[in-house]
Amino acid sequence: MGHLLALDLTAYWATTTIKVLVVLGLIPAGALILGYVFLLKMMSFMQSRLGPMEAGPYGTLQLVADGVKFLQKEDIFPDRADRRVFALAPVVVLMSTFLLYMVIPAGPRLIVEDLDTGVIFALAVSSLSVIGVLMAGWASANKYALIGALRAAGQLIAYELPLVLAVVGVAIQAGTFSLQGIVHAQAEGSIFGIGAIGNPFILTQFVGFVLFLAAAQAELSQTPFDMPVAESELVAGYMTEYTGFRFLFFFMGEFGTAFALSAIGATLFLGGWYLPGVHGTLADVVGPLVLGAKIMMVAFLIFWVRFSYPRFREDQLQAIAWKFLIPISLVNILVTGVLKVVVK
Amino acid sequence: MTTTTDWKQSAYVAAQAADARVNVELETEGMTLNLGPQHPATHGTLRIVVRLDGEQVVWAEPVCGYMHRGYEKLTEVRTYPQVTTLVNRIDWLGHFCNEVPFILAAEKLMGVEAPPRAQWLRTIFFEMARIANISLFLGDMGVQLGAITPVFYAFRDREYVLNLMESVTGGRFHPNFDRIGGIKDDLPKGWIDETKGVMKRVRDFCDEMEDLLMGNEIFQQRTRGVGVIPPAVAADYGLSGANARASGIDWDLRRDEDYPLAWKEVDFKVWTHPDGDSFARYWVRLQETREAASIIEQLLDGLPSGAIQAKVPRIIKVPAGEAWVHTENPLGEMGYYVVSKGGLGPFRCKIRTPSFNNISILPWLLRGVFVPDVITILASLYFILGDIDR
Repeated sequence: MGHLLALDLTAYWATTTIKVLVVLGLIPAGALILGYVFLLKMMSFMQSRLGPMEAGPYGTLQLVADGVKFLQKEDIFPDRADRRVFALAPVVVLMSTFLLYMVIPAGPRLIVEDLDTGVIFALAVSSLSVIGVLMAGWASANKYALIGALRAAGQLIAYELPLVLAVVGVAIQAGTFSLQGIVHAQAEGSIFGIGAIGNPFILTQFVGFVLFLAAAQAELSQTPFDMPVAESELVAGYMTEYTGFRFLFFFMGEFGTAFALSAIGATLFLGGWYLPGVHGTLADVVGPLVLGAKIMMVAFLIFWVRFSYPRFREDQLQAIAWKFLIPISLVNILVTGVLKVVVK
Repeated sequence: MTTTTDWKQSAYVAAQAADARVNVELETEGMTLNLGPQHPATHGTLRIVVRLDGEQVVWAEPVCGYMHRGYEKLTEVRTYPQVTTLVNRIDWLGHFCNEVPFILAAEKLMGVEAPPRAQWLRTIFFEMARIANISLFLGDMGVQLGAITPVFYAFRDREYVLNLMESVTGGRFHPNFDRIGGIKDDLPKGWIDETKGVMKRVRDFCDEMEDLLMGNEIFQQRTRGVGVIPPAVAADYGLSGANARASGIDWDLRRDEDYPLAWKEVDFKVWTHPDGDSFARYWVRLQETREAASIIEQLLDGLPSGAIQAKVPRIIKVPAGEAWVHTENPLGEMGYYVVSKGGLGPFRCKIRTPSFNNISILPWLLRGVFVPDVITILASLYFILGDIDR
């Protein structure tokens, strides 16, 4: 009978369960880390104030306290809301975040699914959240929410293409769409024959990195592209009518996606989990920490811009995307492709 | 030859007809949106009914009165010295500036004039209230456009000015310091040196705003050419203050009117901007803040000594008559028309506030702009709700 109780951790169902649980834990953890470090503390320091200081040491537990507060709130449905769609929308948004984590490698073997088209998959599922946003805006029966949701949908047209095109350069250089493969390509690469620190693609794909950051900013609907939630115009955009734990879902979705997109940026351009000189099993242990540090670097850039820039208008975003980001990324692809053929 | 023209013409007509058909097919119902009374951009309880086609405004109308407190009526049941307490709350950011024109009107009726030191101190506080008021606008414009950081710098540096006001008057927001025939108290020790330090801070703050916000390309894209008011239209709608000066109207009561105040003693420039757009309004206010700091520094250097209170009877009775005094307040021209029947309080007091006239241009200005530009225009016109509804 003993063998029935012993858990076979290599069985398919066991690994899948563990992976799902880890990812489910990662979303709030990532949201909490980014929320505390950047939203609460970095923003406060930029604005010459301290931020939360009371809940926990240096206010570290403030977001936990806020989360508990949200859970205690009354679950309000607007009178004329489409109740089922209204309730489902935050889940759809969070689901897209959840799917993002599937393809991000945190070590040589620490990955949920190493898809051959990992990058494309990640970018595809990240835009799923717009469906949730549209549902939220439509079901809220609120004009501000509706305008916000439609703006989010309009924004998708503008930023999705530069986001994909920015990544294509990396894919050409690495020769693969798999995120794990891209990390390996950077780890095994060399700069002018010196392979000591590998070849992080930020050096060769700097234009792509900047384009990726700009498009990711729009994807996350953060300033200067935060028109869907523009608080001075639309109160809170598509989130206007949400309270309590449904709002918490949106919050976790927002910051969880920021964490995941930073992770993708770190993987594509900074070498992901790779640390020079660390190989084998040790890389599985150190990898998540290295990736975490790199995530914080990318997220710092994203949030730095968020807290210091004014907001574009919707038509200006379209103009920037189509007249500026897309041509540059196309040129970037062309140059990368030519160099790939010429140099190799 | 004619055939070509005909062909072109008929093609044009056909294209127009096709366009018209598509327009009929795609014609959508507009949406009426209530911006306010509770809305972050109206910083108070202004309601703007806008009729939208997509995100474009077809028609707009401001609805005010949600914060009407009946000050004109309330002044009638108060004595003259009591009125300053009330009118402090009209433009609550430019607190002291509200008191001065009323006191001047009462003094005009009584034939009293404040001693020179009181006049100079009044002017100093007037300009300090202007800095306290406009510096908040300089940061708030950023918030309305989505940049959340500048407003915290504005709050931080405004605090120094408010602290100075508090150390003299005892009130940060509602000094209630002006008296008929003078002011309540003299300056505390060391105040002048401290003020000079703070004025340097105010200049630094202006430089910071110029770097952080006004020099930002996104800010310029969002404000340049948005909400353009030609000078003639500005004059038609009775715009005053920085809003009029940003349209190129060179009109500043501090320079153009003769007051028993110290503006004529100092050297200052009235800034105007030819563009008349939201950026020009921001630019003019930024220059005005610098100018106010320079006025205060000049006044502090030449502050005369002597009494701060003229001889007035213990119980103030104002002789019968009518007086109109208007001053250049932070938001624009503010005036009091005081009618006295010889009693302890005014018989009637008409209060002309700048914001009320400034927002009257909104139906004209908002037609055809996008929703984000509505917010830009509202922010750049810079109104205070208490000043609209009084």
